[in-house]
Amino acid sequence: MTNQTSNAHPLWQFRTPKQTLLRWTGWFWLVALTVMCWQLMNENTIWAFVSDAPDQAADIGGRMFPPAWGYINNLWEPLWDTINIATLGTLLGIMFAIPVAFLAATNTTPSTRFVRPVALLVIVASRSINSLIWALLLVAIIGPGLLAGIVAIGLRSIGFIAKLLYEAIEEIDEKQVEAVRATGASGAQVIDYAVVPQILPAFWGISVFRWDINIRESTILGLVGAGGLGIQLNASLSTLAWNQVAMIFIVILGTVVISEWVSAKVREAVL
Amino acid sequence: MAEQTQPYPTHWKRPPVLLTNPIWRKVILLGGLIYLVLAIQTVEVDWQRVYLGLERGWRFVQGFLVPDFTSRWNDIYAGLMESLTMTVTSTVAGILISVPIGIGAARNLAPAPLYLACRAIITLSRSFQEIIIAILLVAMFGFGPLAGFLTLTFATIGFLSKLLAEEIEDCDLSQIEAVRATGASWWQVVNYAVQPQVMPRLVGLSLYRLDINFRESAVIGIVGAGGIGATLNTAIDRYEYDSAGAVLIIIIAIVLVVEYSSSYVRRWVQ
Amino acid sequence: MLKLDKLSKTYKTGDKALHNASFEVPAGQVVGLIGPSGAGKSTLIRCINRLVEPTRGSITLGTTELTGLNRRELRRERRRIGMIFQEYALVERLTVMENVLSGRLGYVSAWRSCFRKFSPDDITLAFSLLDRVGLAEHYNKRADALSGGQRQRVGIARALEQNPELLLVDEPTASLDPKTSRQIMRLIRTACQECNLPAIINIHDVMLAQQFADRIIGLRAGEVVFDGAPDSLTDRVLTTIYGDEDWTQLRGENSSQSASPETPAVDLVEAL
Repeated sequence: MTNQTSNAHPLWQFRTPKQTLLRWTGWFWLVALTVMCWQLMNENTIWAFVSDAPDQAADIGGRMFPPAWGYINNLWEPLWDTINIATLGTLLGIMFAIPVAFLAATNTTPSTRFVRPVALLVIVASRSINSLIWALLLVAIIGPGLLAGIVAIGLRSIGFIAKLLYEAIEEIDEKQVEAVRATGASGAQVIDYAVVPQILPAFWGISVFRWDINIRESTILGLVGAGGLGIQLNASLSTLAWNQVAMIFIVILGTVVISEWVSAKVREAVL
Repeated sequence: MAEQTQPYPTHWKRPPVLLTNPIWRKVILLGGLIYLVLAIQTVEVDWQRVYLGLERGWRFVQGFLVPDFTSRWNDIYAGLMESLTMTVTSTVAGILISVPIGIGAARNLAPAPLYLACRAIITLSRSFQEIIIAILLVAMFGFGPLAGFLTLTFATIGFLSKLLAEEIEDCDLSQIEAVRATGASWWQVVNYAVQPQVMPRLVGLSLYRLDINFRESAVIGIVGAGGIGATLNTAIDRYEYDSAGAVLIIIIAIVLVVEYSSSYVRRWVQ
Repeated sequence: MLKLDKLSKTYKTGDKALHNASFEVPAGQVVGLIGPSGAGKSTLIRCINRLVEPTRGSITLGTTELTGLNRRELRRERRRIGMIFQEYALVERLTVMENVLSGRLGYVSAWRSCFRKFSPDDITLAFSLLDRVGLAEHYNKRADALSGGQRQRVGIARALEQNPELLLVDEPTASLDPKTSRQIMRLIRTACQECNLPAIINIHDVMLAQQFADRIIGLRAGEVVFDGAPDSLTDRVLTTIYGDEDWTQLRGENSSQSASPETPAVDLVEAL
């Protein structure tokens, strides 16, 4: 057309002006929110402590080294306790997580309107509450000791395992289920022959993964009295015996490294 | 064929799936059994105490079902504000720091010494529970949410950087090479080839970490790092189970809200 | 043997998948079910063993009416119907033997099946069936270690392990190459002849249907539009079922197949 100028190139824009505006507004509010939270958070912060922190750190660091190597003899039994809390707690969690997972999965739940929401609620409640809080509650209820720790770990594990497990159940190939059902198999047999084989690798992976996490969490449950290394940690901290604390940290670190190695190996073998 | 005159077998046993070596199988099964017996034995349970405690447990369940939000509301509100502000600030700070460290920990983008250094930071952060880090930081910085903020930021770094680095390493190499071949600088390669692939997962992980950080913020208060955990601890110590129930309900509700809105945000970002 | 009377299925979306299908299948007859995609062939097959619940009509297997049964009775009746699926539908992580034995699940309690304790007769039958389909050495292999044709043969063995009175076959050759397809169809047909089994085979390949079936039923838009012998499938009939098309192409392929060693006419004669 004659009224088209020679420099009328089509304009490519990464984003339309409206999109750009929206993005900038979004970022602005995010920054504003963060700054507001920061200020709110630090209302009562004693900044003198903050500037003192490097000195404190150096002080503690100095007292931590050398670690009290001999203290390790007091740590073997608590370590054994910690591993037991984690393992028995995981087993407890698995036992309850399996039925909850089946009740929560849309394709295996007996009732999507009544049973499934309850199962999902159980999962959310279990997941929202950290194992340390569970331990706190249980120590108040049934007293300090290993049992509180085991149950606390178990309760926390139910939500974690059941959530991942029910997601795995919902992803199975329904055709295999249909085929087994067509032979006249009962519901339990259908689960046994068609569902379980499909979710078994995921199940092992999830269980070992949670066991690994539970080992880490079990090390500190003793801080509220639920047994294990945490009790020694609490004792050493209250007496400010930082070199003992350092020793405990080393033991924890070693345990975590080993459990993570075991967990990675098992998950490799299963996949 | 001779097989046709031979009758078919009448018995069949399923071959073992895991641990096919029979010796290993027996060893591990036996070892597992022995371990279980030993472990359960060492758990000393004072059943009397448990029985007595059940009454207290029942009072707690009642407190949960009929929670009391009002009598300790000031404490609950203060603790909640601390937790929420800690969560937001630490997640944001954590993301900001995790991105460079995550890039530095990706083998396909970072030179060897940087890679090792970043991986060391990540390992350090991931080896210790948040509580332990909180204890140290409280000793250094004093009680209060600042120590909590630093704890959660450090924990976020370990979490996000590792997963981000793995995501970058899983990147489609051909896309990176293609952009590099145009003569782009290192930053441009990251911006044009790596970022688009990694961004969705980063958003998802950040939202997940927001959820985790809130849950953690509810716990580290027990060792003095601020947040609603301290309120909960006090309530339980005072046997005020209805207030404790209120705190727990608030925690569960907020976790639900965060989870729900995160799936919304994730969809909006896609 | 099998009697369908005004069988209909209308989905909640209003989709009329099947409308007033009525026919009878005597013992030993192999019925080929043909029709375009979406005609309701799969729905018809699945309605018979109620994997899909029919909206109206009745299904009678022998003397038993299948439509009114409760869950437990339905399970008992499903044992009498063997089903072979399009994508084999084997449980991939289980061994071939477990897949075949799963045909007997309706006869074994949940406890015993969990420990894989089937009766000696079941196991002998399983071995003989695997030998029959040519997979005797593969019994302890995982199902996903087999090729497509091998898996379909395991599917056939599983269906036959039920000692069924009716065989439902849903597109058995959809994922298979032409040669394997014919081997599978031949296997199904001879098994039906040997056991005097009636079978309904849902098949999209008209030629295969003509070759291996005693009777052809054509479905279009959920209704039966043709019911007769395979050689009465004229161009007009095919157009009624599938719509307008150059059917001479099909004829051309048919005649070139006659030149191959296994001619369709000979197959049918052998089968009779």
